[in-house]
Amino acid sequence: MSTDSAITSDLSPTDVGGITLTAPILSGRKSRLMRKLSLLPILTGFLTLCVVLMLVVVLWNIIAGGIGGLTWEFLTANPTEGMTKGGIFPAIFGTVFLVILMTIFAIPVGVATAIFLRYYARPDSRMARLVRVAVNNLAGVPSIVFGLFGLGFFVQFVGRGIDKAFYGGNLAFGQPAIIWASLTLAVLTLPVVIVTTEEAMRAIPRDYIEASYALGATRWQTIWHVVIPNSMAGILTGGILAVSRGAGEVAPIMFTGAAYYLPYLPAKLNDQFMELGYHVYVLSTQSPDVEKTLPLLYSTVLVLLLLTFALNALAVLIRMRLRMRYAG
Amino acid sequence: MPGNTPMTELVPKHLDSASSTAPPSVKIRVRRLNFYYGPTQALKNVDFDVVTNAVTALIGPSGCGKTTFLRTLNRMNDQVPGARAEGQVHLDGTDIHGPDVDVTALRRRVGMVFQKSNPFPKTIRENVAFGLRIAGIRDVFVIEEAVEESLRLAALWDEVKDNLDGLALQLSGGQQQRLCIARALAVKPDVLLMDEPASALDPISTGKIEELIEDLKSRYTIVIVTHNMQQAARISEYTGFFYMGELIEYGPTLKIFTTPAEKRTEDYVTGRFG
Ligand SMILES: Nc1ncnc2c1ncn2[C@@H]1O[C@H](COP(=O)(O)OP(=O)(O)OP(=O)(O)O)[C@@H](O)[C@H]1O
Ligand SMILES: [Mg+2]
Repeated sequence: MSTDSAITSDLSPTDVGGITLTAPILSGRKSRLMRKLSLLPILTGFLTLCVVLMLVVVLWNIIAGGIGGLTWEFLTANPTEGMTKGGIFPAIFGTVFLVILMTIFAIPVGVATAIFLRYYARPDSRMARLVRVAVNNLAGVPSIVFGLFGLGFFVQFVGRGIDKAFYGGNLAFGQPAIIWASLTLAVLTLPVVIVTTEEAMRAIPRDYIEASYALGATRWQTIWHVVIPNSMAGILTGGILAVSRGAGEVAPIMFTGAAYYLPYLPAKLNDQFMELGYHVYVLSTQSPDVEKTLPLLYSTVLVLLLLTFALNALAVLIRMRLRMRYAG
Repeated sequence: MPGNTPMTELVPKHLDSASSTAPPSVKIRVRRLNFYYGPTQALKNVDFDVVTNAVTALIGPSGCGKTTFLRTLNRMNDQVPGARAEGQVHLDGTDIHGPDVDVTALRRRVGMVFQKSNPFPKTIRENVAFGLRIAGIRDVFVIEEAVEESLRLAALWDEVKDNLDGLALQLSGGQQQRLCIARALAVKPDVLLMDEPASALDPISTGKIEELIEDLKSRYTIVIVTHNMQQAARISEYTGFFYMGELIEYGPTLKIFTTPAEKRTEDYVTGRFG
């Protein structure tokens, strides 16, 4: 079979046409093969076009529906009249606050884990393998499971524990709050940070590390002065990916801290908060008058998109500047 | 066994040197050194005396253990998983494998320059200051002074003095290697280990490095690995010839290159093999 197709593909179409008897068989195979070959780029091109078109339609739909409502007032005001009027400032504020807190938790823990795996644990030790299995599986868990985990572990176990220990059993931390939501999101995004950081660390030239040791640096000094600065770009990439993964997630925060509506902004770690993704969910399913919220809904989605893009762009910029500084 | 030659022969008198009075002092004394990468033995029963404030060249065909030997002198091989050293290496009389030896302090005393220049992706100043900073020196003036002194010692000062905050990786290959030398000198070592420091450089840069070594040897004990016989002959006082993990012959460079005791040494230095 393989030799056959090798022969046929060696023949040019005119050769095939001139040969009697075997010619129809050959040309039949040939043309099927040819068709298959030329169909592939067309098919992939078409599918790519479909994807691009879908993206354009989705974006167009959101932009067209949302741009009209995107006023200064919308961005800076509170929701009013049962969320059918007013703005979404608390949700924007809450989202930014949430994502920053999440990054503050996820990056140090993720980087520390990557350092442990690469520079302290022996690669085949039981501990290292356990951590790796945990990291890999964490990435595949559905996000609603994180929500339930956050509720059970952070809110009810850790939060209530804090209340018992420090607040005489009064309710302070044992309820959904921005700290628990951001910790839950941090757990969700941890694998991304760990994997990208480890990759960046693997890419550091062995020469730098040797140079550091040869100058009398300890392992920790080498990690602190050579490894971490040189994997900054990777760490930030992990941060970007974590933020873009975390910023739109609704499931992990709906039980752990996000509020339907709040008249005030979160100021303390144990306050609840409004969040853009959750606000979209609320507007589209929980509002007393869904028809009236539709324009707001579009504008909110647009803001969520823009915010994610802006955060990404910022992180990419930081990365580029770092790369320029360290590039050879 | 040539490696087991007694001490008196190991530290050779300068041949036909009128000023040879006291025997040269020994900076590093290596005895019965065996080195293993896992199951494979890379050094076999090496006895070696590195003479104070002189240049010692290590020569031998590829894979004979020169780099391995060099890296046992500042315990850089500790980094290699599964590697193991047996035998004694005494630096100024102290066993560097001893239980209370601080490896970081050892490496500050025994500096190293690598074959491929490896400046950090930092500024020129920060490269030179690296060793001082990790040694806990914070004083800006001390650091500034050490940076200038080291760059002068490495014959790089005039070329970079106006650009200390420029990136090290933007220097030429030869400048980068001299920067690495300056970086190693900044922590004030006694010994400088150099593993083919000029093998990746053009002839002019190589010449500069050789001049530099010439200037440094009055203050530092230098051990240099080289594949270049002319270079070894030009810059070193002593030469050791390694072959398949053994030290075949060690003596004054002139003797190794003119009247070697061993047939294999003669074959190697005259280019008949290797
Ligand atoms: N990290 C390592 N793991 C296992 N074996 C090694 C390692 N490094 C070197 N070896 C082996 O030890 C022997 C000596 O190597 P070494 O690098 O010391 O030779 P060399 O004389 O420096 O060679 P070259 O002139 O090519 O640099 C070689 O056979 C080499 O394969
Ligand atoms: Mg070598």
